[in-house]
Amino acid sequence: MKPCNQHDGRRGFLKKSASIAALYFTPAMLVKTFAMDAIVPLPIAKEKLAITINGKLMNLEIDARTTLLNLLREDLSYTGTKKGCEMGQCGACTIHINGKRTKSCIQLALSNQNNKITTIEGLSDGLSLHPMQAAFLKNDAFQCGYCTSGQIMSAVACVREGNAKSRKSIQTYMDTNICRCGAYQNIVDAIEEVAKTGAKI
Amino acid sequence: MKSNNYNTIFLEDERVDGADKVNGKAKYTAEHNLPNLAYAVFVTSTIAKGTIKSIDTSKALAMPGVLDIIYYGNCPLVPGYISNAAERPKNVFEWRGYKVLYDNKVRFFGQPIALIVADTFENANAAIRFVKADYEVEKFETNFDKARLDPANLKGPIIYKRGTEKKFKETNFFVEAEYNIPIEVHNAMELFATIAHWETEDKVTLYDKTQGPKSTQSTVAKTFGLPDKNVRVIAENVGGGFGSGLRSWPNVPAACIAAKKLNRPVKLVLTRPQMFTLVGYRPQSWQKIGLGADAAGNFIGISHEAISNTSRYEDFREGIVDVSKFLYASENVDTKYQLLPLDLSTPIWMRGPGEATGCFALESAIDELSYKLKMDPIQLRIKNFTTVNPENKLPFSDINLKDCYAYGVEKIGWKNRPSIPGAIKENGWLIGYGMAVGVFGAGKGSASVRIVLSNDGKLLLECAVSDMGPGTMTSMSIIAADAMQMPIQKIKFKLGDSDLPPGPSQGGSGTTSTVGSAVDLACKTLQQKIKELAVQYAPAFSTTTADALEVKNEMVILKTDANTKIDISALLKLANQEKIDLIINSNGKNAEQLKYTSNSFSAHFVKLAVNAKDGTIKVLNVVTTGDAGKIISPKTARSQMLGGVVGGIGMALTEKVDIDQSTGQIINASFGAYHVPLHSQIPPTDVWFVNKPDIHMNEIGAKGIGEIALIGFAAAIANAVYNATGKRVRDLPITPEKLGFKTAKA
Ligand code: FES
Ligand code: FES
Repeated sequence: MKPCNQHDGRRGFLKKSASIAALYFTPAMLVKTFAMDAIVPLPIAKEKLAITINGKLMNLEIDARTTLLNLLREDLSYTGTKKGCEMGQCGACTIHINGKRTKSCIQLALSNQNNKITTIEGLSDGLSLHPMQAAFLKNDAFQCGYCTSGQIMSAVACVREGNAKSRKSIQTYMDTNICRCGAYQNIVDAIEEVAKTGAKI
Repeated sequence: MKSNNYNTIFLEDERVDGADKVNGKAKYTAEHNLPNLAYAVFVTSTIAKGTIKSIDTSKALAMPGVLDIIYYGNCPLVPGYISNAAERPKNVFEWRGYKVLYDNKVRFFGQPIALIVADTFENANAAIRFVKADYEVEKFETNFDKARLDPANLKGPIIYKRGTEKKFKETNFFVEAEYNIPIEVHNAMELFATIAHWETEDKVTLYDKTQGPKSTQSTVAKTFGLPDKNVRVIAENVGGGFGSGLRSWPNVPAACIAAKKLNRPVKLVLTRPQMFTLVGYRPQSWQKIGLGADAAGNFIGISHEAISNTSRYEDFREGIVDVSKFLYASENVDTKYQLLPLDLSTPIWMRGPGEATGCFALESAIDELSYKLKMDPIQLRIKNFTTVNPENKLPFSDINLKDCYAYGVEKIGWKNRPSIPGAIKENGWLIGYGMAVGVFGAGKGSASVRIVLSNDGKLLLECAVSDMGPGTMTSMSIIAADAMQMPIQKIKFKLGDSDLPPGPSQGGSGTTSTVGSAVDLACKTLQQKIKELAVQYAPAFSTTTADALEVKNEMVILKTDANTKIDISALLKLANQEKIDLIINSNGKNAEQLKYTSNSFSAHFVKLAVNAKDGTIKVLNVVTTGDAGKIISPKTARSQMLGGVVGGIGMALTEKVDIDQSTGQIINASFGAYHVPLHSQIPPTDVWFVNKPDIHMNEIGAKGIGEIALIGFAAAIANAVYNATGKRVRDLPITPEKLGFKTAKA
């Protein structure tokens, strides 16, 4: 291997030797050269997954290693569900699986065969806001908005499961969801407001 | 909160971009999908210092879907990576910091040493552990507390002196003590990410998590030897930053290099643990403050010393000792600031930067002195209050801290504060009250704004600033609605794209002042244009002058007769103009404004309880007050202050990076182990603003609040803890152990 700082011999963003550069930028060549004496990996098999997302049944073929979060964000473009840690510690990826709030980053997508998923995009009809979304907006229950989808999904579950009886019980239930911008007080205000209406959400 | 005169016309006071943030439609950096996108992940070092002798990538390269592995052995040369200035092309600047993927030096534990690019995220991730590096390990130092004791390790000092040095000791009433603050990490919820897409050989578009689209554009252009216009940086929505997005980190060049090398768009998203090592942090600091007063409480001297850490490869300084120079009247002040380079990555400003660090020490010291003087700490502050900045001798453009004190005293119930610590015990809890002040410079820089009024009545404003959460889009729309006297619903403010007219990076609490002034100027210029068109084209005004007209409610109106008017849309049609389209440049402070020194101020009040058995600290109530000129957007401003309280509670009670000194590794690099405040730790918080325009500051009378929301807060907590327990904790975070309790109940 060449020492690192002999940049003059290397092709790069300086257009010194364009023809060699063209060759150099071809990834397949690199792979072959390096891979010659290496292990022969097994191809990753695709697995079938039937899953309903926001009311839409999907029959997918997916990489078995894909988390539910990455399936949503990377493969299906449901980017409303956020990635904050991929370790189950922040709540940004909170969704509902068969009505139960769950962190989607620590779920393999495949373990959700025939499950019904609701994401932030599926909370309302897309034309109007869900009462919890409206309450978040009214109470300014966010700043950057990155934790917000997860907060709202948890908040809806909090009210549905009867955990919004007091500020304290709301806070305890919501401790799964970090807001680094610190919108906590307004989030609890929003949840309390929705809970007080007594409406089924 | 009804607090300004902006409520005449627009109806809603929700964030103008709020709906998309509650329905999941707002797109953040990593969420942009491009055809043929490849996924990149960093492989990071497992030593703190040394040289990589070799990297074996063969196994990883053979993994399914892996397209390339870029490291020092095959990294294309980036012009900005050339160290020798003579060899660098003219328009190229050397990259600040370590040249990621390019050289084989390891400078801290967790430094990227290779970049795996694959067709899917799963494939890229799976290959990480098959990359094997062989290191030549060197001796490293990551132990701040130990290393700072040897003067040979320190850089600097930067010295300031006014009057007599160490004067504080020449009295019976002085305090002198040391303060320690650990490394804290911004940990914005959105992970840092860059998507790089070379549209042509020499034109690149980046989706990047940055607080400054223009500064990132310039950095990339200067690094890759491109004209600015060939680099486009898009950051429409930024999921928090708190300072960490104020420079470009290695993810930016790495994504650009990979996308170029593979000739396809590449997305690189950091992991949460990498958020602790690759994108800056609040440096660890040691401070020593000496503060003395005469028997009546007049400060006679302040001595403030500080050391903060930096990396081995860059110097990062911040204003830790600066507050001691100007916040209170004292003829004698001396400060000394030194840097301690360690084998860690480079720190960066974190919310409230050095001022938050400095105010923790200074405001704790004042509290401590107040007990010595047997004086109320607020009275002691009032005694040393000054309307003239003692450092530069310029008057403060405005300072209303006394109003903040009055509000806070009333609302927190200051009269119940025991003058003797530890005097109130209720149901096994010791109750204490504390307060502290925060201060931060209020600047105004230059910015450009494009303003477009269409003949359908819509108003568009554009500026290449970003919005990491404070609600810039909203406050700028409010300023425009007020200046134009038109409904906010018809106004759109576009930001987050370097192709827009240049605006500042969002930092140092300067956006509202800088961009707001530009928006105000743009609206006024537009109004003038409209009036001139009216004189020229509207028959009703043909005999008047522009001065006789005013623009409001989407009409041009004769000042002396409100019935003589014309609809602006109708006027544009008369003039046969589809739109008026202007670009306005607004400058920094003018000569008149420079006769003053401008700051935003805050005063925080805390009531808390300390469990007498186990030392658990429960913050019961917070009143936080801001003196920051006119409050443009009451709702979002209040949210910023609430956020500062949450950040302040983290700084005071929970946040601390732990380093394993035998390896140099941060061992709590996750939300599970690095504790940021959660819902149930947040007390009811009352936010109040003086809300008085600072007429010497800028045309709109508004100053920033992002920093003052946090600055001083940790001291308010520490002071309240002392008031509750009689124990003065000067090392953050304040834990039951530091209060002398063996174990804390979780
Ligand atoms: S991303 Fe799932 S909990 Fe953080
Ligand atoms: S709104 Fe930014 S993290 Fe919650």
